Amino acid sequence: MTGPGTEVQPVEVDAPEGGEDVRLDRPWLVIVWNDPINLMSYVTYVFQKLFGYSRDKANKLMLDVHHKGRAVVSSGPRERAELDVFRLHEHGLWATMEHSS
Amino acid sequence: MSGRRRFWRDRHGRIRPGLEDPERDLLRMLPDQARELVDHDDPAAKRLFPVAYLDDEAAQADYRDMMGTSLLEHHQHALDTLVATVDAPTIDADELQAWLGAVEVLRLLLGTQLDVSEDFTEIDPADPRADQFTVYQYLSMLQNEIVDTLAAALPRNGASP
Repeated sequence: MTGPGTEVQPVEVDAPEGGEDVRLDRPWLVIVWNDPINLMSYVTYVFQKLFGYSRDKANKLMLDVHHKGRAVVSSGPRERAELDVFRLHEHGLWATMEHSS
Repeated sequence: MSGRRRFWRDRHGRIRPGLEDPERDLLRMLPDQARELVDHDDPAAKRLFPVAYLDDEAAQADYRDMMGTSLLEHHQHALDTLVATVDAPTIDADELQAWLGAVEVLRLLLGTQLDVSEDFTEIDPADPRADQFTVYQYLSMLQNEIVDTLAAALPRNGASP
């Protein structure tokens, strides 16, 4: 029912003058979006398995995805975030990554 | 069909699937249909390859170039493992994990084709796609049972990945 799209905030990509590497310090956010197909139990399980989260934390994140349409499930340097997105894609979840603002 | 538990762990930690013949026939047949969709670039197959970068086409193109083949191989391995082990009396946890991945692929494809909504529960018997909805519901039930079986072996309080 809810997918990536209109809710996305524009990502600020311009670095301040004289500090072109400033944005490297900001972590990348891995976001999972609500979708009409994935089962709630499955999404909770995937968060537990991939990130080692407790059942409670994984369940809370799943409910955030379900009710708010999206949730940040991990964050870190770009390579790490991209790997997390890939592992979520392996598990069929609708995951994207964006630079935190 | 849903009142019966299908997966049992024996004392060696192996899993004994208790599927009926029609279930095994279905799970042997569906992966072939899935491969057809992927091989022929069916629109539904796009759902198996989500976008990582929403606002950066160049980064997305790099991601697809770098990860697309691995993602396809991951899905194919899951489907192959399901077909190869669907008749086995027992399977190990890795194989059940592959079953989970295969059922996920099948649900994503079928759910996309049927354009299911989040609150889908009842099948309209007059709908010409009623049989496909029945298969979709069966796969949902099966996936829930596999998740229950695999989740029971996870540490409740989490662990380092």
